[in-house]
Order: sequence, then structure tokens, then C-alpha cells
Amino acid sequence: MKNKITKQNLITYGIVLAFYIIVEILMLTGVLSSHMKGLLVPMTYYAIIAVALNLCVGILGELSIGHCGFMCIGAFTSAFFSRATENSIPTVPRFIIAFIIGIAFAALFGFLIGIPVLRLKGDYLAIVTLAFGEIIKNVINSFYIGIDSKGVHFSMKDSMALGMEADGDIIVNGAMGITGTPHNANFTIGIVVLLISLFVVQNLVNSRDGRAIMAIRDNYIAAEATGINITGYKMMAFTISAAIAGAAGVLFSHNITTLTASSQYFGYNASIMILVYVVLGGIGNIRGSVIAACILYLLPELLRGLNTYRMLIYSIVLIVMMIVNWSPKVIEWRKRTFGRLNLKRAKEVA
Amino acid sequence: MKKAKKVFSAVLASAMALSLLAGCGAGAAKGGSDTFKIGAIGPLTGAAAAYGNAVVNGAQIAVDEINAAGGINGYQIEYKSEDDELNAEKSVNAYNTLKDWGMQILVGSTTSACSIAVSENTKNDNMFQLTPSGSAEDCVKYDNVFRVCFSDPNQGIASAQYISDHNLATKVGIIYDNSDVYSSGIYQKFAQESEGKNYEIVSAEAYTQDNNTDFSVQLQKAKDAGADLVFLPIYYSDAALILTQANTMGYAPTFFGVDGMDGILTVENFDTSLAEGLMLLTPFAADATDDLTVNFVKQYNDKFGETPNQFAADAYDAVYIIKAAIEKAGVTPDKSTSEICDAVKAAMLEIEAKGLTSQKMTWEASGEPNKEPKAVVIKGGTYVSAE
Repeated sequence: MKNKITKQNLITYGIVLAFYIIVEILMLTGVLSSHMKGLLVPMTYYAIIAVALNLCVGILGELSIGHCGFMCIGAFTSAFFSRATENSIPTVPRFIIAFIIGIAFAALFGFLIGIPVLRLKGDYLAIVTLAFGEIIKNVINSFYIGIDSKGVHFSMKDSMALGMEADGDIIVNGAMGITGTPHNANFTIGIVVLLISLFVVQNLVNSRDGRAIMAIRDNYIAAEATGINITGYKMMAFTISAAIAGAAGVLFSHNITTLTASSQYFGYNASIMILVYVVLGGIGNIRGSVIAACILYLLPELLRGLNTYRMLIYSIVLIVMMIVNWSPKVIEWRKRTFGRLNLKRAKEVA
Repeated sequence: MKKAKKVFSAVLASAMALSLLAGCGAGAAKGGSDTFKIGAIGPLTGAAAAYGNAVVNGAQIAVDEINAAGGINGYQIEYKSEDDELNAEKSVNAYNTLKDWGMQILVGSTTSACSIAVSENTKNDNMFQLTPSGSAEDCVKYDNVFRVCFSDPNQGIASAQYISDHNLATKVGIIYDNSDVYSSGIYQKFAQESEGKNYEIVSAEAYTQDNNTDFSVQLQKAKDAGADLVFLPIYYSDAALILTQANTMGYAPTFFGVDGMDGILTVENFDTSLAEGLMLLTPFAADATDDLTVNFVKQYNDKFGETPNQFAADAYDAVYIIKAAIEKAGVTPDKSTSEICDAVKAAMLEIEAKGLTSQKMTWEASGEPNKEPKAVVIKGGTYVSAE
């Protein structure tokens, strides 16, 4: 039993590592187009946030449709730190501290939201996270923060209200967000963070705590009757999920130099997109989310050749993939057609 | 053993799949030697598609004209556009796609945030970038990036200057969109510049894209404060609503807009008589009567079935500016992208361009254009020069 789980986990790490090695080789030999190279880092952070959301939706069984809000917090807090200390701390320690800050703040907000909501049963978390994602966007849009020789200035009115000295530097400028974040993220760092999040989530799932969390998902009353601290475990899973989403945000903000809290990055549409990755990859299937996130992020980019039709094709592909992967009829048909293949795999798993 | 084989075969299979992907773009990376390859980026789908399509179409017309007239120094232009969906991340992807195609000069990105994100990459690759409409200050912070339009701060300064020079008002109210980079950028500079002028700002009310349907609160505040001029540094679709609602509540100050106001006469179901007396600073008016504009508007109408806006005009000018700079620098397309960039960058400071958006444009090393803003006032349903 134990062995089987370890093997499954190792396969997941193996896939990520193999992908990394192959891409590195391709990059060294120069066959990888710059378009593909540019897609690598986004692919890793969408995979990371998909893993985070899968922990929340698949393992904990609570629907969250505002996970990009946590990503937003991670992105803004870490970018703020990096911008403010760009000239005073060397790159490596600064980026590590930025990660810690981004993750810590995202976890803190996850914790705060969890306190009232996770005590309830039902779909309340979905509603609250949806609202949270929208609120955080609007709040950040009205922040003006600057630093000058006198210290940090803060305003929620406009940048003039900051009353900055001439040498001042406005770091967060309302709707204009943060510009000029150092470009520190790269593919290697992205893969390392992805591996760490996989390690955290997979080990959590297979631990005593993880079994308690899944027990809550599967039967709330039975779990409560066996003496599991329901709110505590829910909080734990949700906070970890938010923290990992924050890590994805740190990568996000250090990959492109303009960071604005607008809907196309952090709105509910973006959150739903992450949910699509999770659903398509298989709810509760961590490896599936990673693969689905990579494929679905790549797909519209690879369809660029079709110009504006690519949006149409992308949606059709989504529907087809959903049916092929999860429709019971199709699964039955697949079993009949590829029966021999499946048999082999079944033997191996057993 | 068997498992090892299976893992091995899976690795090989994925390697094959990946190399297939890699094959998609590589190969063409070294540009053709007998044509200039110009790329454009803008939002061609989604909410801001109107701007991106205008840029892409405007540039297309200029490219077609130049090619028909024999090209730049005898070399034809190849032109390609990519969609960025108003997303900075996608804009960088679009840039990389165009780079794989062999792009040597970039006209884009259309919007500010995207343009800033892309400029980080053009800087690294040392590619010449001319943004037609990226108006935020940071768009041109690198020396390889220039722009055609006014910057947001410049528009704020020019508006404040114009209002005070022409004694248009004593009390000014402002309504702006603080969720929009463009609008808040102009507002900030306008407010700074207004200190010590012969008018005072009596109200400055913000709204966001999430509540841009009811402006009665903002208007009421301006009215109560006795503003005789309301400054609207916003896009025309919101402005049309503001004008309509001001009319309903019987408030009739002078309204003053900036270049985003261009297009207000084309809003559907908008009573254009309400825009009577509206003043705006704009680089381009589609119903100007000079030959260049008439010709451009006609071609645009024939090809794309609509009247061009300032975005299209900026992009059209951008291509001609690139032409002038290349001719000045005397570069040929067989040079590397970086060599072309260095030569064109130097030539940009020397050229003097004439186009749809200005009679005379010159550039500073900062990337900012020097050109005069045109103030127009709407009279009888058309733009009339306000001078």
C-alpha cells in the first residue's frame, strides 16, 4: 500500500523532472523557439496554482472560485518588496525573501478568510472566495504607496496625496500597479517551486492529516463522530492551498515587469480558468492538474496560427477533452477499444 | 525492468512531442534578407479589440501603400500582427511569436501595460520598438523604445495649459476612472499642473470600470461645487453617458476631454447634439479636410468598413515614421535586428515626420514625441478647430 503511493508520487516528480531535462536540452541545442521559451515560466506557475486549487477542491472538497485573489496577494506583496529593496539587497537573498513574503501574506489571508467561512457547511466558501477575489483587486487598485527619504507614504486617494519628496519613488501607483519589478523568475526556479509544492501537497495527502482532510470531504458527519477537528483540518488545507497560490503569484510578478490588479489576471474569469485546469486534470488528481494546466496553457498559444478562430477552437477542444476524459459512455468505449492496453496498466498498478 | 523500459519510452515519446513543438517556430528565426519584417501587437479579441484592430489595420494600410510605391529604399515590407488580448503576459508571448517569424521592428504594443512588459524584452534583444498608442510614462523608459502618441502626463499638462491660457474656467470639476491607467495618469498630472493656474479644482470624483453606468453622484458634486468646466480624462463611451446624465439633471458646464474622447460622435443611440460645445485635445480628427486624412479615411472605409480613430492614425504614422528613420539611417534588411535598432534609434533623433496626427513631429532621446496638441470643439455635429 505504502509502496504504491510512493511510486505514484515518484512518477509525478519524474514526469516534471523529465520535462525539465528535455526542455533544457532543447534550449541548449537551440531548437526551442523563443515563443516556446517565453511560455515555460507561465506554464510552471499555472501548474503550481492548479496544484494549490486541487488541494482545496479535490482533497478538501471545498469549492474556491477566487484562488487568483491569493495569487494576486502573493504577486503584489512580493513585487512591492522586490521593488523597494531592489538596490539594497542582492538578487538571490532578495528573491528568496520575496518568496517568503508572498507566501506568508497569501497564507495569512487564506487563514483570515477561513476563520468564519470554513465553520459553515455547503457552498459558502465559493461565494466568499469569489467576493474576496474581486474585493482584493479593487482594494489594490486604490492603493498608492511611495518611499522617499522620510520613509513610507501611503494614500488611498491619489498619488499627489502621498506628499512625496523630490527623491521619492512611487512603488504602487493605483491602477497603474507596480512597474519595473526585477525579472528574476526563470524556468529552473519555476520547476523547483513546482516540485516543492508537489512535494508538500502529495505528502500532506498521504499523511495522517491528509487522511483526516479526505475523511471530512467524504463524510462530514462520520469524520466529526470519529473525533476529527473539522474546522482545524479544513483551515490547515485551505491555508496551505492559499500559500501555494501565493508562491505562484510571486513567480507571476517576477516574470513580467508590469503588475496591474486587473480582471484579466486576477478576476473571476482567471480563477475559473484555473478551476478548468483542475476539473479537466481530474478532481483530486494532482498529477492530472499539472498536465492539464500545461496543455491548456499551451493550447491557445500553439493555435496562434489560426488567428481569431483560435478562441473558438480552444473552446471546442475544451468540450471535447472534457467528454473524452470524463463521460462514462466514452470511458466505457475506451475500455472496450483499448481494453488490452488498460488490462496491462491494471496489472501493473495491482 | 519492464517499468524502466516504460518510463524510458514515455520520456522518448514526450521528447518527440516537444521537438515537434520546437519545430513550429524555429528555422525562420533568421529574417529574410530582402524584405523588412515589421510586426504589430494589440488586443484583437476581447473588450479592447477596437483599439488593437484599429492599430493593426492602420499599420496595414501604411504598409500596403509603401509596398505599392516601391517599398523602403527599394525593399518591400512584410507585415504580421499578433493578438495579446489586453494581457501583458500574452503580449510577451505575441512578441516571442513574432520574433520567431523574423520580426526586425515592432509597432506596438497598443496598450500601455502590454507595451511596458514587451519593452523589457525588446530591450534585451535590442529590437527597435515604436509604440503607436502606449501612452504611460514608463512605456519609453528604455532607449530603444519611442512612441507616436502623447504621453499621459503630457496630455494632462497640455490640458491644464490650454484651459488656463484660454481662460476657459474659474472652477474646474474632474471625473475620472481610477481603475484605468490612462485616465488616472492624465488626472494626476493635470491636478499637479493646475496648482497656481488661474482656476481652481473644486471637485475630483473617481469611478471604476465596475460602476461606470451611473454618474449622477459625481456630476452632482461638480454642480454643487459650482464647477463651470468639467474635465473628463476618460474614454468616449463613458463620456457619452456623463453628457447624457448631465443633460437630464440640467447641468450644462463646458466639458473638456482628451484624445480618448475622440469617437464620441460615433456612439450608438447617443444624441450628438448633447456633445455640442464639447472641447477635446486630440491628435487626429477623421473629418479633417487635408489630403492625407481624406485619403486615409477613404482607404480605411473601403477596406475595413468603418471610420478610423486616433489609434489607427497613430499606427499609420508609426509605419511611415519607421520608413523615414530607415531611409535616414540607410540600413538594409540583411543587417541583424540589433544593428538595425542601433541605426534607426540614432536616426529617430534626426528625422522630422509629417503625418495624420501632426504636421511636424520630432523625437528626443527619451522617446517622447514633440508635437502640438490640436484642440477641437464640436459644433454642428462635427469637429471644428477651437483656435
